[in-house]
Amino acid sequence: MKILAIDTSNQVMTIALLEDQTILGELTTNIKGNHSTRLMPGIDQLMKEVGMVPNQLEKIVVAKGPGSYTGLRIGVVIAKTLAWTLDIPLVGISSLKSLAGNVRHFEGVIVPIFDARRDNIYTGAYQYKGKQLAVVIPDQHIAAEKMSEQLEKINQPILFVGMDAEQFDPIFKKHLSVAYDFAAPEENMPSACVLGRLGLAEAPSDTHEFLPSYLKLAEAEENWQKAHPELKGGNFIEKI
Amino acid sequence: MTQKKTLILAIETSCDETSAAIVADGHIILSNIVASQIKSHMRFGGVVPEIASRHHVEQITQCIEEAMSQAKVTYQDLAAVAVTEGPGLVGALLVGVNAAKAIAFAHQLPLIPVNHMAGHIYANRFEAPLEFPLMALVVSGGHTELVYMEKDGVFEIVGETRDDAAGEAYDKVGRVLGLTYPGGKQIDQMAHIGQDTFHFPRAMIKENNYDFSFSGLKSAFINTVHNAEQKQIALNKEDLAASFQASVIEVLVTKTIRACQEYQVKTLVLAGGVAANAGLRATLKEQMACQLADIKLMIPPLALCGDNAAMIGAAAYISYQKEEWAGYDLNAIPSLEIDEK
Repeated sequence: MKILAIDTSNQVMTIALLEDQTILGELTTNIKGNHSTRLMPGIDQLMKEVGMVPNQLEKIVVAKGPGSYTGLRIGVVIAKTLAWTLDIPLVGISSLKSLAGNVRHFEGVIVPIFDARRDNIYTGAYQYKGKQLAVVIPDQHIAAEKMSEQLEKINQPILFVGMDAEQFDPIFKKHLSVAYDFAAPEENMPSACVLGRLGLAEAPSDTHEFLPSYLKLAEAEENWQKAHPELKGGNFIEKI
Repeated sequence: MTQKKTLILAIETSCDETSAAIVADGHIILSNIVASQIKSHMRFGGVVPEIASRHHVEQITQCIEEAMSQAKVTYQDLAAVAVTEGPGLVGALLVGVNAAKAIAFAHQLPLIPVNHMAGHIYANRFEAPLEFPLMALVVSGGHTELVYMEKDGVFEIVGETRDDAAGEAYDKVGRVLGLTYPGGKQIDQMAHIGQDTFHFPRAMIKENNYDFSFSGLKSAFINTVHNAEQKQIALNKEDLAASFQASVIEVLVTKTIRACQEYQVKTLVLAGGVAANAGLRATLKEQMACQLADIKLMIPPLALCGDNAAMIGAAAYISYQKEEWAGYDLNAIPSLEIDEK
């Protein structure tokens, strides 16, 4: 099965083509570039390099978030539209889980981190059960300090993953008595190969209904829902 | 032998409407699906960009699918994919731009970028062919400009607002009158009942240029209402609406007619969301008939005044004939001008 995997949920843009377990190619950059101008040309280039045409694709795997709202939307819209228009399955994988998947052969708890600013992080906790990455703490938007408290309770060795992780060391130092370490630089870089591999066995989503996992409401929406708890989940879109 | 029609799939997501359309030969609408988010943004009293972007992701593929199935077309039937590249909200534009790229790539179709304001002008193409040279009065929530067109696809801004767009002034005045967002349609209806008793200023009406200004009018309106509130005098809201609208329309119509005279155009085209305003439509018709009866006036049907993808398909057809394609590096340009190349 020919798979295209895409992750633009943060500064790193990563695109991979896989034939089942075999990696055909990966294009990954870590620059302050514009995902909107670079993602589609990147996919086009990689497919040409490996000699594949669009209608040969059989599955799309996308990092569904959390991450930067705009970056995330660019990847998700391209993935969703490609899957729909080519009539092939679409699989969404947590951007954090994909990052955790960079680490193999670690028996403790793997904690991927993206900076969410103001001492907040997007994070979760994962652990290998056999060959499967299982969720120990679900993905969330949380203060780094509060996450430390949750991790302390699990009482297992921790490996933090992600390019933003080390900047939170002062907070971890203060709140964690369990052993922890930071992953190697190459493990901190999101990889669409890992994403594609994680997506191999996952069940596809309903393409039309597929949305990014922002893990955070827009500020105006959050305030409105607080003021109108009874109207939450209403439909505000109408065809005219 | 009948010639095969050129079918364009057009996508528009510049603000708070997700829209997809199939347009044949630039002037026949086979489908025009518009999913409006207005009820969502009414909760906040205006369009919230992040929320607009999120809604577009929810709607985009469904709208395109509906446009394709309603028009009964397949990808083999399509000649190109067109999309609004700007102006508009960047996050909102990006959803349409990236969806369009994905479809163009998947089916190896040409990708055509379209200026949203050009789209508004070309909404008139569904009524009749445009005759040049032409003057367009483009009035919307974000723009107020006079655009001269010597021929298809060539735009020259001869005048524009120096501060607020006319539609923006309507929204603000609506808020002061306590109307639900967006207030434009209600002000138009109230103006029909009231009288111009407040005689608000007609900014820049006598100046020897084609620019506009609506912030002074907005301030005069707000001051009038606040002063009355302080003195606890109740003002007639219909008269307030009528006085505001009279000022906007008089300035727009007077300067537009003068521009038509100087540029010796064959056609005057009204375009943009505010083209739905009944007062503006009526005054323009009346004044053109009595002052410039030999110039053809075109006003788009109400259904095509608001944002929609069909108008993008109409404008795209001009680019299609010139083979003006975009690459996959096409970006959203939030402040794109109509005369930018």
